[in-house]
Amino acid sequence: MTSIHRKVYTPEPLLRHPVVMLREIAQDVWAGRELAWRLFLRDLRAGYRQTLLGYVWAFLPPLVAAATFIFLQSQGITRIEVVGVPYAAFALTGTLLWQIFVDALVSPSASFGAAKAMLVKINFPREAVLMGGFYMVLFNAAIRLVLIAAVVILWRIPVSPSLAFLPVAILGLLAAGFAIGVFITPISSLYGDAARAIPIVAGFWMLLTPVVYPPQTGGIAGWLATWNPISPLIITARECLTAQPLSVLGPFFLVTAGSLIVILLGLIGFRIAMPHLIERMGG
Amino acid sequence: MNSRRVITNSQHVASLTADQEVLVKVEGVSKKFCRSLKRSLWYGLCDIAGELSPFGRRDIAEDRRLEMVDGAQSSISHIPYTPAVAARDEDLREGEFYAVRDVSFELRRGECLGLIGHNGAGKTTLLKMLNGLIKPDHGRIEMNGRVGALIALGAGFNPILTGRENIYINGSVLGLSKKEIDEKIDEIIDFAEIGEFIDMPVQNYSSGMQVRLGFAVATTLDPDVLILDEVLAVGDARFRHKCYHRINKLIKNSAVIFVSHSMDFVAAICRSVALMQHGRMSLYRDPIKGIEAYNNLNTDHGTESIDGGAVFEIYPPVKAATVRLQEKPIGYGEAFPVEVEVESSEIIHNLTLSFTANDQQERPVMNWSLERTGTAWDLPKGRSVLRFAIDPLLLHAGRYSWNLWIGRKDSIEALVYAMRAGHFDVAWTWNPVAGIPYQPLATNFNVETKT
Repeated sequence: MTSIHRKVYTPEPLLRHPVVMLREIAQDVWAGRELAWRLFLRDLRAGYRQTLLGYVWAFLPPLVAAATFIFLQSQGITRIEVVGVPYAAFALTGTLLWQIFVDALVSPSASFGAAKAMLVKINFPREAVLMGGFYMVLFNAAIRLVLIAAVVILWRIPVSPSLAFLPVAILGLLAAGFAIGVFITPISSLYGDAARAIPIVAGFWMLLTPVVYPPQTGGIAGWLATWNPISPLIITARECLTAQPLSVLGPFFLVTAGSLIVILLGLIGFRIAMPHLIERMGG
Repeated sequence: MNSRRVITNSQHVASLTADQEVLVKVEGVSKKFCRSLKRSLWYGLCDIAGELSPFGRRDIAEDRRLEMVDGAQSSISHIPYTPAVAARDEDLREGEFYAVRDVSFELRRGECLGLIGHNGAGKTTLLKMLNGLIKPDHGRIEMNGRVGALIALGAGFNPILTGRENIYINGSVLGLSKKEIDEKIDEIIDFAEIGEFIDMPVQNYSSGMQVRLGFAVATTLDPDVLILDEVLAVGDARFRHKCYHRINKLIKNSAVIFVSHSMDFVAAICRSVALMQHGRMSLYRDPIKGIEAYNNLNTDHGTESIDGGAVFEIYPPVKAATVRLQEKPIGYGEAFPVEVEVESSEIIHNLTLSFTANDQQERPVMNWSLERTGTAWDLPKGRSVLRFAIDPLLLHAGRYSWNLWIGRKDSIEALVYAMRAGHFDVAWTWNPVAGIPYQPLATNFNVETKT
C-alpha cells in the first residue's frame, strides 16, 4: 500500500464520468483476478465433492440430448440428412457445442446468485464473481472438447486444416453466451422470472438453431439459419470439426465482435446496477 | 452555523494534511427505502434505467454542488449538522421512507465512534453506504484508506471445504493476497484456536469455531477504517474478551465505527457516540451522554415491557401492603431507601424478607435478603412500616424491575409476593461500567408500628 487510497460515494450516476468508470472496472478486474481464481477453485472442489458420479455430471446433459435425437433418427421417426459424417457424430458434436454456449449464458446469473450472501455484506471487486464463473465455463468447455475429440476419433472423421480455427469458433460461442448472460444478470437478480425462463428459452432455442440438424435453406428454418445469431457460431464450429469448408465466416465474425461489445456494455451495466441490486437483496 | 461556504478542492486537501487525518467524512447523507417488495423491485429497475439514461436523475446531480456548513468542519459536535441539500419528503416515491436522513460526521485516525440505536433505526443501512455496498440518495461519503468491515464474519465460507481452504478464500474476498495469507495463516489458526481441526470441512465445525475463524481472518487486515457491526455479540465470554482486546489494538491505528447493543462495550471502547433514531443521527462527544439518551429512548417505549406481567399478591393474615421507593434516579454507590407498609390482622412471628432486582434483560442483578444475615423479625398486629436501605447500591446505570418477598422463615410460606411489581432507575455517572458488583448484606432493617 503506497499512497492513501480514497473512495468517494455520491448519488451521482457513474456514466457522468465514463473514463473514471472504465478505469475502475479495469482496476477491479485486475484486483479481482486472484479472488476469481480462488472462487473458481472453490466451486470446482466443492461442486462435485458430494456426488457419486463426480464430473460425469458435467458431461451428461449434452449426451442425453444427443441420445434423444440419435434414437429418433435411428428409428426413422426423424429423417435428417447430413453430409459427410454419421448422424450420431453430427448430433453429439452439435449438442456438445450448444452446451458450451448455454453454460456461458447461465454462468453470470448463477454465480451472481450463489455469491449473494457475500455481495450484500462485503465490498470486494464484484467482477471477480463473473470471472470466477467464466473460468468454470472454460473448464467445462475443455471437458466437452475432450468428448468432442473422442467423437471425432471414434467415427474416424477426417481432420482438415480448418480444425485450427476451432478455438476461435469456441471463443465465439463463449462470447455470445457470456454477453447474453451478463446482460440478463441484473434483471434476473431482481426478478426470479428470468431464472425460471432461461432453461425453457434455452431448450427451445436449441431447436431453432441448427444443432441437431443441418442449416436449412427454405421456410422459417431457413430464415432462422441466417438471422438466429447463434446459427453461424454453431455452423462454423461444426464445420471446423467435420472438415467442411467454413461457409459463414462473415456472420461469424460479425456476431463474435458484436458479442464482445455487448460484454463490455454488460459489464458497465452490471457495475451501475450493482448498488441498486444489493439494496434490494437484503441481508 | 449560519455562515456557509463552498469547500474547494485545495482547501479540502489542506484539511487532510492537518495533524490528524480525517479518514471518514460523511456529509448530509440520506437513503430512501421502500417498504413493499414488489414496488421496491420496480423502483430498482427504474433507478438502474435512470442511471443508464444520460438525461435521467438531474435532480440528484445538483447534490454535487453540496455546500458545507462550517460546523461540520470541526470534529464531532453534539448538535446534528444540517446539510445544505437536505432530504425532502417530496423526493419520496409512494411507499418510500428515509432509512437514513441528513447524516453527517467526521472521523479521524485513532477515533472510535459508537453507533447505537434501536433495530431499524438505520445503523446497518448507514454502514452499508460507508462500505460502498449501496449508494446514498443524497450527500457525499469519503473514505480514505483501506476499509475493513467486520459485518459478516465468515462470509464466503464453503461448508464442504476445509478450514484451511476457506481461510484462503475468505482472505482473498477481504482483499488479502495469497502471499499475505501465507504469512499470516499460522497466526490466524492460532488465534481462532482451531488447531488440528483446520483440515476438516467447515460444516463439521461448531458455530463458535466458525465465528472464531471468521473473526481471526477478518482482523488480520490492517485497516485504516474499521467498521464493526455487533461482532462482540458472538462467541463465548473468553473469546469475546480476546476479540475485545484485539479490536482495542486495531483502534490505535485506525478510525473505528462500532455498532453494538451492549452499552458496556460502547462505553469501554468509544470516544464519542452517535445515536440513530428513525434515520436521523445525533452526535455526542461524551459517550455517557449518548448512552443516557439511548437509555431514555429505551425506557420510553420499554416501560410497558418492564412493568408488564407485574404480580403483587398478599396472603392472610396480611390485609394490605404498599411499597414506596425513591422516585428520582439513585446514584451509583448511594443508599437506596425502601419503605414497605404492611397491615396484618394478627401478630406474625419469625419472618424473613428479601428485596431483589432484575435488569432489562431479566437477569437477577441484586439480592438483598435477610436470609443471608439470619435476621428474623415479627410483624405486629395492625399497620406497620418496614424501613431498610440497600447501602451502597452498586448497580450500573439503567432501569431495573424489583421483586419483594415477605414470608415465614421456617415454612417459606409467602405473605407478600411481588414480582416485577415496579421499577427504579440508577443514574448515569462516570463509573466502572464493565464489572458486576457484589451487593452488601442486608443491614439497616427495622420494623415500626404505625398508630
